[in-house]
Amino acid sequence: MNFKLNEDQEMLRKAARSFADEFLADYVSNIEEKDEMPKEVIEEAAARDFMGITIPEEYGGLGLGHLARMILLEELSRVSASLGMLMQVWHLGIHPIVRFGNEEQKMKYLPRLATGELLAGLAVTESTGGSDPTAIQTEAVRDGDDYVLNGRKVFITSSHLSNVVGVLAKMTGEPQSFTLFILDKDCPGWRPGRQEKKIGFKGSNTGDLIMEDCRVPASNIIGNIGDGLKVGLNSIGEVGRAGMAGVSLGLLSASLEKAVKFSNERTMGGKPINKFQAIQFKIADMYMDLEISRLLAYKAAVMADEGMRCDTEMSMAKYYSSEASIRCAKAACDIHGSLGYMMENPTQRFLRDSFLTISSAGTTEIQQMVVGRAAIKQFS
Amino acid sequence: MEIIVCIKQVPDPEHLQLDPHTGTIIREGVPTIINAADKHALELALQLRQKNGGRVTAISMGPPSAAEALKEALAMGADMAALASDRAFAGADTLATSATLVALIHKLKPFDLVICGYSSLDSGTAQVGPQVAAILRIPFFTAVQKADKSADIFQVEVVMEDGNLVYETTLPALLTVGRRINRPRGIRLSEAKKARSKELLTFDLQSLGLTPDTVGGKGSKLSMVEKIPLSVGKGAEMIIGEPEEISGVIYGKIRNIGLGIQGGI
Repeated sequence: MNFKLNEDQEMLRKAARSFADEFLADYVSNIEEKDEMPKEVIEEAAARDFMGITIPEEYGGLGLGHLARMILLEELSRVSASLGMLMQVWHLGIHPIVRFGNEEQKMKYLPRLATGELLAGLAVTESTGGSDPTAIQTEAVRDGDDYVLNGRKVFITSSHLSNVVGVLAKMTGEPQSFTLFILDKDCPGWRPGRQEKKIGFKGSNTGDLIMEDCRVPASNIIGNIGDGLKVGLNSIGEVGRAGMAGVSLGLLSASLEKAVKFSNERTMGGKPINKFQAIQFKIADMYMDLEISRLLAYKAAVMADEGMRCDTEMSMAKYYSSEASIRCAKAACDIHGSLGYMMENPTQRFLRDSFLTISSAGTTEIQQMVVGRAAIKQFS
Repeated sequence: MEIIVCIKQVPDPEHLQLDPHTGTIIREGVPTIINAADKHALELALQLRQKNGGRVTAISMGPPSAAEALKEALAMGADMAALASDRAFAGADTLATSATLVALIHKLKPFDLVICGYSSLDSGTAQVGPQVAAILRIPFFTAVQKADKSADIFQVEVVMEDGNLVYETTLPALLTVGRRINRPRGIRLSEAKKARSKELLTFDLQSLGLTPDTVGGKGSKLSMVEKIPLSVGKGAEMIIGEPEEISGVIYGKIRNIGLGIQGGI
């Protein structure tokens, strides 16, 4: 078992970190203030090939895989969890095409998704809730060579930015026949709706997608009619949960780094506060949380790269790291005292952002069900 | 154009620690980065290559770990890299460093341009660039703000305290650049992926044709004999007034203690 990243992975981390520290960091306060991701940030991320990290080389991507993506998301989210979140969802939207799309769909979309000319998304959740995709109301009905979709998706990340979106619908009259359609700008009848105002993840756009008699060619179905749940749940399980683990790792790193920096600078009784055990114990727990989360997340990502089934491991990584990101953001605030609560200090942002890591890509309770069922099966 | 860029691996200032006894920078176990100004030097080289064609070679002198900085330069887009590394090079002053770099440059001849960062974050002497040029007997320009080649003319604009000066020069020449000249490109993942197949040459004392008495500590002409700690004054002076007035007073004070031009590079 080798825990050392190889030279390419180390260079990838360096590339992502230099983008985050030297470019992205300058935009963070602006992103927070305006609640928008500046166009130039998205363009620069695309210019550095971040969008195509999981797209195979033959379709214009880099084919670097799941572990590379995890490292990228960790480094972006260390500076801006908002960009980490957007990036993770762009990758999530790409996955159904890479994994389940046919050759024609791959050739049509992947090269332009790799360059960032197109941005992907995945829309499953509706007002009936995200944890039970079988309760969705969006319907598709055949009309000649097209399908006509009607429905409304909610809490969709990148709803107003993405232009190639995988949408889960059920076939009219066949309530159990779920199908994933690719909506693009050539499909008339869909548009972004309301844009949510969130307590955190400023600049990471979340909103509704509305389909009113939206015509989608039959050639835009991913897989077959009736494959929708399999495609959607595989994407959320392997890529969505991995992505939220990556975002959580970034928040964990940021909280720990900021807490250690402050505890070195802040003195009490003439010595830095991290000379006191009360602070050391908090920092020790934060470090443990980061390392445990990283081990779980990297292991799950390596399994995905090796083509192994990893839904349980992804759930463990997502569950642990997202809960840990809240614990550590709170600890970072605590170590800063009142300063930790002030808007001028990033620890309040880490805390606000960390809460969304729970509900995105399956709540803690959903992950517990996945892990619990796996444990019962294995140890019965 | 054949362009050589000098790169120095330096301790990351975010993690900078001084030895409390000797006052020198602790280098062991501290994360390293490419010297900030050197990234701007590399960016200028890459832009000149884009416009005029040719090749960019990143070079460095340092321990074997300095190869990391060169690999990063390759990932940023340099075509090849060369490292001078030998225990005999340790403890070099700027002149011994420059002599070693010149020996390395001779191995890579012919070249049109050498570009260096204006100064390093860890030493800050700003001497190596000019010394390399002096040993090579080529013209040099420090604090370059702009450099461009059109037809056979190479034009250089340098920063002065009260404005800029524009020169035309023959090539080969050496330039040093600061942080205002450009915004270095980051590492594109597609470039990083290609970097591993690019050539990274390593030379030691013997392969550079050097002798121990001309390099490293032995070849150095100066050594630090004492470090006088900065005296810390007591009290503070309150400057009261409108922001423009306050900034004017602060500017005057900075000028009076001899600082000025570096801020503009």
